[in-house]
Amino acid sequence: MSAVTDEVRARDSRTSFWNDPKIRGILSQALLILVVGWFAWEIIDNTVTNLQERRIASGYRFLENTAGFGIVQTLIPYSEVSSYGRAFVVGLLNTLLVAGLSIVAATLLGFVIGIMRLSKNWLISKIAAAYVEVIRNVPLLLQLFVWYRAVLKSMPSPRESHSFADLFFVNNRGLYAPFPLFGSRMIWVLAALGLAVVLTAIFNIYAKRRQEQTGQRLPRLWVSVALILGLPALSLIINGVPVNFTYPELQGFNFVGGINMIPEFVALFLGLSIYTASFIAEVVRAGIQAVSKGQTEAGNALGLRGGSILRLIVVPQAMRVIVPPLANQYLNLTKNSSLAVAIGYPDVVATGGTVLNQTGQAVEVISLWMAVYLTLSLLTSGFMNWFNARIALVER
Amino acid sequence: MTGEPNAPRVPAFVRTESLPQRPAPVSERGVIGWMHAHLFSSWLNAALTVVGLYVIVSVAWSVIDWAILRGIWDGADREACLSTDRATPAGACWAFVRAKFPQWVYGLYPLDQRWRVNIVYIVGALALIPMMIPSAPYKRANALFLLIVYPILTLILLTGGHFAIEASDWLLLVILLAIALVLIVLLGRGAGMVDVPSALRLWVKVALGLVLLYALLGFDFGMVAVETSLWGGLLVTLVVAITGIVASLPIGIILALGRRSRLPVVRMLSIMFIELWRGVPLITVLFMASVVLPLFMPAGTSVDKLLRALIGVALFSAAYMAEVIRGGLQAIPKGQYEAAAAVGLPYWRMMQFIILPQALRIVIPGIVNSFIALFKDTTLVSIIGIFDLLGILHAGLADARWSTPQTAATGYFAVALIYWIFCFSMSRYSIFMEHRLGAGMRR
Amino acid sequence: MKTKLLSLVLGATLGVAAATAASATTLEDVKAKGFIQCGVNPGLPGFGAPDDKGNWTGMDVDFCRAVASAVFGDATKVKFTPLSAKERFTALQSGEIDLLARNSTWTMQRDTGLGLTFTGVNYYDGQGFMVRKSLGVDSALKLNGASVCTQTGTTTELNLADYFRANNMTYQVVAFENNEEVNQAYDSGRCDVLTTDQSGLYSTRLKLANADDHIVLPEIISKEPLGPVVRQNDPQWFNIVKWVLFAQINAEELGVTAQNVMDMKNSTNPEIRRLLGLEGDFGTGIGLTNDWAVNLIKNVGNYAEVFNRNIGPDTPLGIARGLNALWNKGGIQYAPPVR
Repeated sequence: MSAVTDEVRARDSRTSFWNDPKIRGILSQALLILVVGWFAWEIIDNTVTNLQERRIASGYRFLENTAGFGIVQTLIPYSEVSSYGRAFVVGLLNTLLVAGLSIVAATLLGFVIGIMRLSKNWLISKIAAAYVEVIRNVPLLLQLFVWYRAVLKSMPSPRESHSFADLFFVNNRGLYAPFPLFGSRMIWVLAALGLAVVLTAIFNIYAKRRQEQTGQRLPRLWVSVALILGLPALSLIINGVPVNFTYPELQGFNFVGGINMIPEFVALFLGLSIYTASFIAEVVRAGIQAVSKGQTEAGNALGLRGGSILRLIVVPQAMRVIVPPLANQYLNLTKNSSLAVAIGYPDVVATGGTVLNQTGQAVEVISLWMAVYLTLSLLTSGFMNWFNARIALVER
Repeated sequence: MTGEPNAPRVPAFVRTESLPQRPAPVSERGVIGWMHAHLFSSWLNAALTVVGLYVIVSVAWSVIDWAILRGIWDGADREACLSTDRATPAGACWAFVRAKFPQWVYGLYPLDQRWRVNIVYIVGALALIPMMIPSAPYKRANALFLLIVYPILTLILLTGGHFAIEASDWLLLVILLAIALVLIVLLGRGAGMVDVPSALRLWVKVALGLVLLYALLGFDFGMVAVETSLWGGLLVTLVVAITGIVASLPIGIILALGRRSRLPVVRMLSIMFIELWRGVPLITVLFMASVVLPLFMPAGTSVDKLLRALIGVALFSAAYMAEVIRGGLQAIPKGQYEAAAAVGLPYWRMMQFIILPQALRIVIPGIVNSFIALFKDTTLVSIIGIFDLLGILHAGLADARWSTPQTAATGYFAVALIYWIFCFSMSRYSIFMEHRLGAGMRR
Repeated sequence: MKTKLLSLVLGATLGVAAATAASATTLEDVKAKGFIQCGVNPGLPGFGAPDDKGNWTGMDVDFCRAVASAVFGDATKVKFTPLSAKERFTALQSGEIDLLARNSTWTMQRDTGLGLTFTGVNYYDGQGFMVRKSLGVDSALKLNGASVCTQTGTTTELNLADYFRANNMTYQVVAFENNEEVNQAYDSGRCDVLTTDQSGLYSTRLKLANADDHIVLPEIISKEPLGPVVRQNDPQWFNIVKWVLFAQINAEELGVTAQNVMDMKNSTNPEIRRLLGLEGDFGTGIGLTNDWAVNLIKNVGNYAEVFNRNIGPDTPLGIARGLNALWNKGGIQYAPPVR
């Protein structure tokens, strides 16, 4: 019996050799690899030939050469004699700075607008709706230009700066503020801050356990704030305040000293935050609406107040719906920060572009860009997945 | 115990008839009631309402005052928009918009050739409107027209046609068709993999189509050639956005199927492609297209600048489209796949007849949303020096004859309004389709 | 028109090496397609810029027309590709254009390292600075601490850094991708100084809201010889482009203009007779007809005419000849003789 079926099967598979899904799969995959490989080879071959013909050196050695151009905002020391590689890192840090700050601002604004959208007050919810519909239906690049020009136009020239207590100055070259320079004893202040963080953590764990056991609530927030602010402050005083400030001063054309927030940064920050907030608002709204009304009513039945219901019941559940699309918006914001190139903010694309122009190493520079953004994407989505998993644990 | 069990004992102080209904209190009905419930339900709410009202009125007033009351509508150059009156500074300089509007629509397209662009606009609108109305008939024919005939028509009209189709191109076509024919016969007769008659019918259709296409593209319609560097404004915006979305559909479908394929190599390659493009910003893709793409080509070949940008945009949006379509594929219940397999349909037939039609219908709103995103993203081509609507606005702003304090604000306002109208109406359409599909799904 | 577009699309999508490899010389190629594809500046009035109707004007544009006249006897047989600073050399290398006339500075690296060759200098320029008059600055050496707007991807950015460093001055550079953005930023007060080639400054000044509020400082901080560029692998095309420029300069020196070129054919001056192809076979020697120079002078004019028409003292730009005067009139424009 089994011998017969085996024989039949063998004969069948012989006649329908092509129809065996396994063989078909292997064959089609092999074909695909061949085609893709040939295509890739063709491109690489062309590129290599073209590069040789145009006498463009390949490889990343050029990153060590002297850059020779200036950058308007540098978070690490940089001058014209620094290397291309350092210029690239300067750009990368600028990208991270603007993306990081914009993410925070966009999230805050987005949550506010999203909650306004759900307000019982008809007018407020319509204002939020109008904000969302207007902002997200106009291209970001256009908004950036508008912000940039608005920032430049509304500010006076350096000689006519708005000044606040002669410490802060605002003009069309940016926002100038005093900047602390730390002495060597500052390390003790940092140590005190570290100690305060540790103590706060221990206290919180203790307070939580106590609340679970006895129901008594300790003033966790106040103690934490007192610890984190108090200990470093105490240490600061004991060590004789090892901080000097450099103050912005008008010298010649511009202010010198202090710290400067350039208009390009302000415009990019405003544009990215406001644009992304309109998307985050929608995400938040959908998330909160996904929490069933019964949850709120149950909270009411328990005698919780509006704020507590939102904080303890609705938001934790809504977060599960909100986090994945929120992560997406963070990624979008990070990628959109590359539009900096249009308004002269030296992000990684802008400085990389300058390097590309000066060296002609197009393939290398673009590969660096891709590596940077892919890494940022992976990191963000990795973090969000971890966060998501943590939140999801709340569910049984 | 004795009594009248059947006679209900009605206490004298209970009414037997109900009172006539009285209207709800003034504070709970009509306009006042609505306002009470929605605007002034608590002190906090009342305060919010007042603040909100103030915001709305002040924003609306300043826009109306600037755009309409103080707006300047006529003028030949900047003089018109420079106010001599210090007390009431000039508002929006609409004269600038009026002077530059043809450029915004056509770019630098030669004046006497603009009828060609007009035909493209009108035919496109006429074909698109019935496509968007769900009850309009002939959807299939209409879709074919929009996806195949219209692009070719547009290509020929806008460039002027008369492409150099040389003998070598014809030879290549014949060779490719011959290879396909041989494959059909070999696989059909020899291995029984394909149904020969239907494959042959398809082959004839494709062959006829391609020959016709070649003939049309090579034909000299006697139109003046217009280089793509002269195209601009809304024309370029629409060309980039529509090409991007049309080209990304087939690529996106293939990638989405690839990502859900059982074959590891296919799946891996699809995932790599999708995640690579989705991970990087569009502007780097455009830089790549404008600077590096020529390096990838064999020495001596050159590709039109606009075409390079189009290739970049198409690949980029294909990755996003793939994810949209994947969502649709995942929404199809497993039963559909199993049923199709049970009927004995092979993979491609199953996709063609059962899965894709359902999946694509579900993702129409998603596709419209991708289109909106792409439409907004087309502004990025202005960074690589292609004059789309935003780029042409900037070129106009650089015109010294129109430089006034209000020119830039008016220009941005007007262009933002154009983008907004397009995007907002599309997003409304997407919501409408979502509701409609939702109704269909709910049964 | 004959476009290779289709085979290229096919080539790109199928990965087939589209068979348009440059087996033919550039001249044959140009003659076959019937026009010259010329890379120009997208918007630098006086050098290369389209007007509202898409007509191109400018000195570089006229140079392209002169080459077309020499090759075809027809100044209209030329098409213009506007190119950004970033794209210009790639476009020439890849064959997208036949000739690049886009105020590009002749540097050793560009001449020797890109597979390209500069054919000569049609404008001797140098990098300069423009500031607001209200700043009261009269020398670039007083710019310590200034913020400077410039375009990225040019030699300008590097010269700027060198100059300030050499003079022990600090500065803040704001670099933009597009020229338009640079001008707008300067105009709105983001920067104290705008820097680019001096010719570019004069041209930019015209685009500003109130041109008279700005002055160009006298210092020139670099040598910027601007000239047309061709690919290195085609000596014949190189000769043609090079001698079109020399012919224009020689024509000025010999007093041959667009108006009198036909009468000049009766001239007995052997130098003029050689230039106009009446003696010798100089035209056929470079693959053209002997009346090549007649055509280009008739259609476009000699160097002085081109200069005065586009950027000279009577134009809005109002640039004096300066270095660009002929060698015997105090400048350094000098062309080898036709002999």
